[in-house]
Amino acid sequence: MHEVGIMQSALEAITAQAKLHHAARVERIVLRIGTLAGVDLEALRFAYEALAPHTIAAGAELEIEVIAAQAHCATCATTFAIERGFIFQCPQCGNYSGDIRAGRELGIARLEFPHE
Amino acid sequence: MNNPTPPPLLTEPALGYQINALTGAARNAARPLAGPLSAEITAAFSASPRGEIAVRSIDVNIPLLEKNDILAERNRGYFLGRGLAALNIVSSPGAGKTTLLERTLDEFGQQTKCAVLVGDLETDNDGRRLSRPYAPVAQITTGTVCHLDASMIARAAQSINLDGVKILFIENVGNLVCPASFDLGEQVRVVLLSTTEGEDKPLKYPPIFKSAQLVLLTKIDVADVLGFHRQLAVENIRRIAPTAKIIQLSTRTGEGLSEWYDYLRQLTSPV
Repeated sequence: MHEVGIMQSALEAITAQAKLHHAARVERIVLRIGTLAGVDLEALRFAYEALAPHTIAAGAELEIEVIAAQAHCATCATTFAIERGFIFQCPQCGNYSGDIRAGRELGIARLEFPHE
Repeated sequence: MNNPTPPPLLTEPALGYQINALTGAARNAARPLAGPLSAEITAAFSASPRGEIAVRSIDVNIPLLEKNDILAERNRGYFLGRGLAALNIVSSPGAGKTTLLERTLDEFGQQTKCAVLVGDLETDNDGRRLSRPYAPVAQITTGTVCHLDASMIARAAQSINLDGVKILFIENVGNLVCPASFDLGEQVRVVLLSTTEGEDKPLKYPPIFKSAQLVLLTKIDVADVLGFHRQLAVENIRRIAPTAKIIQLSTRTGEGLSEWYDYLRQLTSPV
């Protein structure tokens, strides 16, 4: 639902970066998105296809780097992968954790511009 | 001789060309290329006037916030600057948000100045119910929108006098789904779960409970009549939100209210 808003922010930031680096177009956009960021990747790609053609990013390749979610268990000090869902249960000791160590990422990791 | 300092180079002997460490551009094949893409790479080098191929690759690391998050951060700064604690109070319709706030204003609100922003799709009934001479209240009617957002809060907060206010209660639209995705700039998110709703609500609507710092189990006075299993409800909340504080209370009997007031008082004390 909010993917269009996120893509709008991304394209604004990309336009500013292209200007900063004196680029006339963008070759590739690499986004970094965690599985707990609450972003639907398909909806985000759809928003990109709808919005990008009207911007400096027209024709750029969109790559999405997905970051797997991890939580930390305070009881036994292990960091474990969160496979799915909202219940983060430590596989070692069975305690529940709310301490998310990875998976909330939402940002532009890298941009590639053609050389001059 | 006026040679500018050359850019730092990383030599990649296996590939036979050099990569600029700053820009990622490849430059000047050091020796004839061999291998699968050698013809293409050589052609690209000779086609490029500066002998450079590839692209400028820049690690920008820009976090993305959508518009609501930006406005929410602005609200948070504004509330912080005014020295008031904002609480975003969320629950399904009928869990007892307004009744809790009425009693809170009558008791706690007598000593500590509070203000209320209350959201509903339609009517100003709740705004009138919460109206007290000593506590400014603004009703937000959202029309068809199922949640409050940060821009509504910014506007409504401007419409009331916040001088001397220590606690700002934001009563969200009754809804356990959409309000989870909308940060209002609050300091604390409070989720109410009433005993009439069943113990498994946290498991069925995890995002909102996951985001809560405080969960209030309301209408606890009728728990036994309803066969509501308190311990099971607490365990379910713990599974989703292990660090959230849980208070069991009843606005009818007053059970647990002093704990709720203590929590509010601790929010108003300077850190």
